[in-house]
Amino acid sequence: MSLTDLTIAEARARLRSRDLGAIELADAAIEAAAGAGALNAFSSLTPDRARRQATEAAARLKAGDAPDLCGIPLGIKDLFCVEDAPAQAASRILEGFRPPYESTVTAQLWQAGAVCVGKLNMDEFAMGSSNETSVYGPVVSPWRRRGDTAPLTPGGSSGGSAAAVAGSLVLGATGTDTGGSIRQPAAFTGTVGVKPTYGRCSRWGIVAFASSLDQAGPMTRTVRDAAIMLKAMAGHDPKDSTSADRPVPDFEAALTGDMRGRKIGIPREYRVDGMPAEIEAIWQQGADWLRAAGAEIVEVSLPHTKYALPAYYVIAPAEASSNLARYDGVRYGRRARLSANEGITALYERTRAEGFGAEVRRRIMVGTYVLSAGYYDAYYLRAQKVRTLIKRDFETVFDAGVDAILTPATPSSAFAIGAMAEADPVQMYLNDVFTVTVNLAGLPGAAVPAGLDASGLPLGLQVIGRPWDEAGMLDVAFTLERASGFAASPEKWW
Amino acid sequence: MSIDKETARRVAHLARIAVADADLEPLARQLSGILGFMEQLNEVDVAGVEPMTSVTPMAAPLRADVVTEGGQPDRILMNAPDARAGFFTVPKVVE
Repeated sequence: MSLTDLTIAEARARLRSRDLGAIELADAAIEAAAGAGALNAFSSLTPDRARRQATEAAARLKAGDAPDLCGIPLGIKDLFCVEDAPAQAASRILEGFRPPYESTVTAQLWQAGAVCVGKLNMDEFAMGSSNETSVYGPVVSPWRRRGDTAPLTPGGSSGGSAAAVAGSLVLGATGTDTGGSIRQPAAFTGTVGVKPTYGRCSRWGIVAFASSLDQAGPMTRTVRDAAIMLKAMAGHDPKDSTSADRPVPDFEAALTGDMRGRKIGIPREYRVDGMPAEIEAIWQQGADWLRAAGAEIVEVSLPHTKYALPAYYVIAPAEASSNLARYDGVRYGRRARLSANEGITALYERTRAEGFGAEVRRRIMVGTYVLSAGYYDAYYLRAQKVRTLIKRDFETVFDAGVDAILTPATPSSAFAIGAMAEADPVQMYLNDVFTVTVNLAGLPGAAVPAGLDASGLPLGLQVIGRPWDEAGMLDVAFTLERASGFAASPEKWW
Repeated sequence: MSIDKETARRVAHLARIAVADADLEPLARQLSGILGFMEQLNEVDVAGVEPMTSVTPMAAPLRADVVTEGGQPDRILMNAPDARAGFFTVPKVVE
């Protein structure tokens, strides 16, 4: 067992009791990350920064001033700006970009004493569900099917984050979630992924994809670790006008595992045609576990569920087309090489054609179309109205006394790299069917591993919470985690 | 909603992304496929429904009208592909 197999909670205890040193732990993570090239989970490694931070953490631990994350090695999704480290959002268009500023979320993590092992690979501009659109190449999941060496995807867009946590390269990682990009890869890799309520974490310094949907969140091996990390990441930020001015509860203190008095909703519309029997079974199992812990299980209806994916694929690309307009070769990143007679239009058009990958170009163009004159009402405005109805569905269920909702996290376990290469883009979008509703409604959602499928791959469940009730949601996830006893980890082949 | 080659050309220009002429038809087909998927939204009765403009009910916060930072041209220009004399430079815009 390596030091990097420790959970954040275990490492915290051992660091505080002087049983383990911060520099020793950082070195273990640096070594694990350096030896995991085959996973391609990291886009850049920051060993010097890590050692410097570990030295500072060691001093704080010695002085007895040690916050929860002091000395804990973490990985940071490449979408977050970490001062003077590369930040490319896994895109060619940002090659060479080194931010002269620090994102609010990562600044909070460093203030809490955490150690930065490196930036993590992801789908380009967070657009994808398999980490196959990255300019750095795909991430290979540390998980393999039983008796099979075919490389699998870790999910996406936070694929590098999921792989690094599942493969014990770091003790925790940050991700972002716009349509499921934390929860889906967590489910594929048997890890815990939390998307908080929209506004709980600051978006300042995180490369924007869809401003009304994006949220940062923790990816860890246990629910307790996610609660610890979320507490450090969350909080009001005056630099982000969409960040909520609300106190951050002690999420860890809320983990009781006692579901008595709680009402858990099972939405009938999440039972989709062709859903694999194993997913149906694990969902049922989750409900049984919660019932055994004292919860009342009720069937609920979220009637507009089926419109969430099409609404998302109007709204997210529309917002992306606006957010990605800034990548024009003028102030940062790649600029196309022009011939003498080419002017500003060629600068924009060729920089962007060369710099953006196919999926990003596709989504920008879909977004441009649905916002353009003559189509705005038919598509964007309509999708925004459907979004109101989707949110209202959840409000109705919560108003009826439901505390949290239980659903599957993904429609399948992890698939092979390249398996979707010939499929039409919409097939890939279907991976998000259970997760996009949560972003559209701005609710908190968590994926927690619940079991393994017949080929030995992880299956996860999703808990959806009331707005601002991450504590209650995490307690339900904690209960599921305890009942499942999920302890599987990938066999090290790299 | 089917997108034709000319519409694809117009959208690509609006998005300021160069698309080779030979690629316009395949692009049009792909966009049509994605947009076809969204046709389902027409089934929903949205009469009297307000479009969602704020995910979490909140008013846009205001702040005092004071300068809080600035005066750091080097940091602002440090990632520029072409910076001269304290400016970002681009090819001639006005003919």
